[in-house]
Amino acid sequence: MNPFSKENQILLREMIKTDFKLRYQGSLIGHLWSILKPMMLFTIMYLVFIRFLRIDDGTPHTAVGVLFSMVTWNFFAEATNMGMLSIVTRGDLLRKLNFSKEIIVISSVASAGINYSINLLVVLVFALINGISLSVNFLILIPLFLELVLLASGIAFILSSLFVKYRDIGPIWEVIMQAGMYGTPIIYSITYVLQKGQESIAKVLMLNPMAQIVQDIRHFIVFEGNVRGWDLINNHFIALIPYVLPIIIFVIGLLIFKKNSKYFAEIL
Amino acid sequence: MTEKKIAVKVDHVSKFFKLPTEATQSLRTALVNRFKGIKGYKEQHVLKDVSFEVEEGDFFGILGRNGSGKSTLLKIISQIYVPEKGSVTVNGKLVSFIELGVGFNPELTGRENVYMNGAMLGFTPEEIDGMYDDIVEFAELKEFMNQKLKNYSSGMQVRLAFSVAIKAQGDVLILDEVLAVGDEAFQRKCNDYFMERKKSGKTTILVTHDMGAVKKYCNKAVLIEHGLVKAFGNPENVANQYSFDNTVPLHQEVAEDEQEEAPQEEVVQVENFKLQLLTPNRISPADAIHFQIEFDVLEDIKTYIALSLTDIDRNIWIYNDNSMDQMMEGKGHKKVHYTCSLPNVNDLKMKLEVTVRDEDGQMLAFSDATQTPIIFVNRDDIAPDDKSALDSASGLIQRNGSWTMQN
Repeated sequence: MNPFSKENQILLREMIKTDFKLRYQGSLIGHLWSILKPMMLFTIMYLVFIRFLRIDDGTPHTAVGVLFSMVTWNFFAEATNMGMLSIVTRGDLLRKLNFSKEIIVISSVASAGINYSINLLVVLVFALINGISLSVNFLILIPLFLELVLLASGIAFILSSLFVKYRDIGPIWEVIMQAGMYGTPIIYSITYVLQKGQESIAKVLMLNPMAQIVQDIRHFIVFEGNVRGWDLINNHFIALIPYVLPIIIFVIGLLIFKKNSKYFAEIL
Repeated sequence: MTEKKIAVKVDHVSKFFKLPTEATQSLRTALVNRFKGIKGYKEQHVLKDVSFEVEEGDFFGILGRNGSGKSTLLKIISQIYVPEKGSVTVNGKLVSFIELGVGFNPELTGRENVYMNGAMLGFTPEEIDGMYDDIVEFAELKEFMNQKLKNYSSGMQVRLAFSVAIKAQGDVLILDEVLAVGDEAFQRKCNDYFMERKKSGKTTILVTHDMGAVKKYCNKAVLIEHGLVKAFGNPENVANQYSFDNTVPLHQEVAEDEQEEAPQEEVVQVENFKLQLLTPNRISPADAIHFQIEFDVLEDIKTYIALSLTDIDRNIWIYNDNSMDQMMEGKGHKKVHYTCSLPNVNDLKMKLEVTVRDEDGQMLAFSDATQTPIIFVNRDDIAPDDKSALDSASGLIQRNGSWTMQN
């Protein structure tokens, strides 16, 4: 079954719509929360970064860079985690209806994507307040977002296939994500690592697509002086790795998922 | 074969499940087992080489006892499960209802749920727009459609789900044991709808235990037993085979249990009750029904026999009798013969139940499930092309009226 057929598009739309509709079900101010919550969270984080955390690399707007990286990482964490659980949570449905299983995972990633867009808008407000001016460079967010979606969906496909059989994947992934967060230049920037004189470590770190994405955002949007992996790694074939990896992961993930999805209904 | 198109073709389908012998839900056990070479599961063959065809326009019944594999078959036809061997081909849009109200969300309104459910079945919002009024009208829930589903009564939810199921405009409709929903009025509506659907030329596949439903709606049926096709074709025959099969295993147990029947702790006044049908199971209305009862009376009491012939499909008493006027006296071994006939009935499927009672009408012994003979009465005197006679034979009692036409 083609996951991008017309029926599946409709189903995907309905599922995302429902998910969004029910997100703030029963709350007084409803969808205002989707703006208000990140607004308040980021204010706290911003103040903490500026006042207390001293991993300042000296470049301008460091705190905004951290916020951008943070929401990007949060999207990745939410998409992979929700995607992993999605097949099992919808188990009762799968056992009784025949429809494209890819849609379930994709809809989880899409829901996280909607969240991400809202968060990005809020961070944008912080950026403007901080004196970063709007420019064409902001458009870089679009290809980066696509890259991020490919990476997250690919991993979500693999994780959800495994999670159906082995629930151990749940805690394992949580631990990996925790390690990944500190192994990725989120609350520190790669410039900071370089300032500490750890150039080889910085190079290895930059092979991670997530590191590449957040550093690209820092470079193009926050401050031109932020180092990209592309500038850091001299061999451009190696520097290309983080850009190609998401595509490979997505294809492999989809293949694994397709192979296993036939038997989801029986295993669940 | 006729030139009718095949709607669903089930071709040598077999399916087995791997039943884990221990819980292998964790990576550790899976790895350890792989390492030790333990398979960790045993294979359960649910379907073994099942083949049949459903033609376009058929109202097709699938019958079988619990665990016979009919639900698995249904899931394979619905393409939820993948068969190990063989294939299933479906021509046209398949709408399948393994269970009603799958994916209904209590937080959404009735209307939103209809659209969501429709999307899951593969309909576009425009297509659902076209069915929406029909669905609401059939469910009789017009004024509740903008209410959240959690505020519906369970009956209302089921009605909505069922309406979506039957109003969904698919080419092939699959329904699994969903006939018993709603109140009487709603059931009547469903009945009308099924009759209409039978005529409409659309294909329907129905899985049920209800013999009445199979006989009434279906024009073809298949009986699945132990993963094999046991009977196929005329629903009447298939349904009878099914009822007959259900009684057979019980009969076999009788022989083994006979000697073992230990007296109960209560005061037993009658024991070794034995009921034996002396005429064949399948008879015509003209034939006599003859059976023998044996039992031992342990105390010095008066006893009599009461019997009833109950129609299995309609669940009503067809014939009752007793020997109150000829009370048996005293202790000892008693042997009773009884003969009767039902010359005026049409096709019937009855169970014979016999009790031994004392003079106050207290039951002392009865024919339990292990020795309840089933008697099939078949009209074999009707020529297969005598439409009028065949039609009249669907009643309980044979026709005996006369027509006077006045112009």
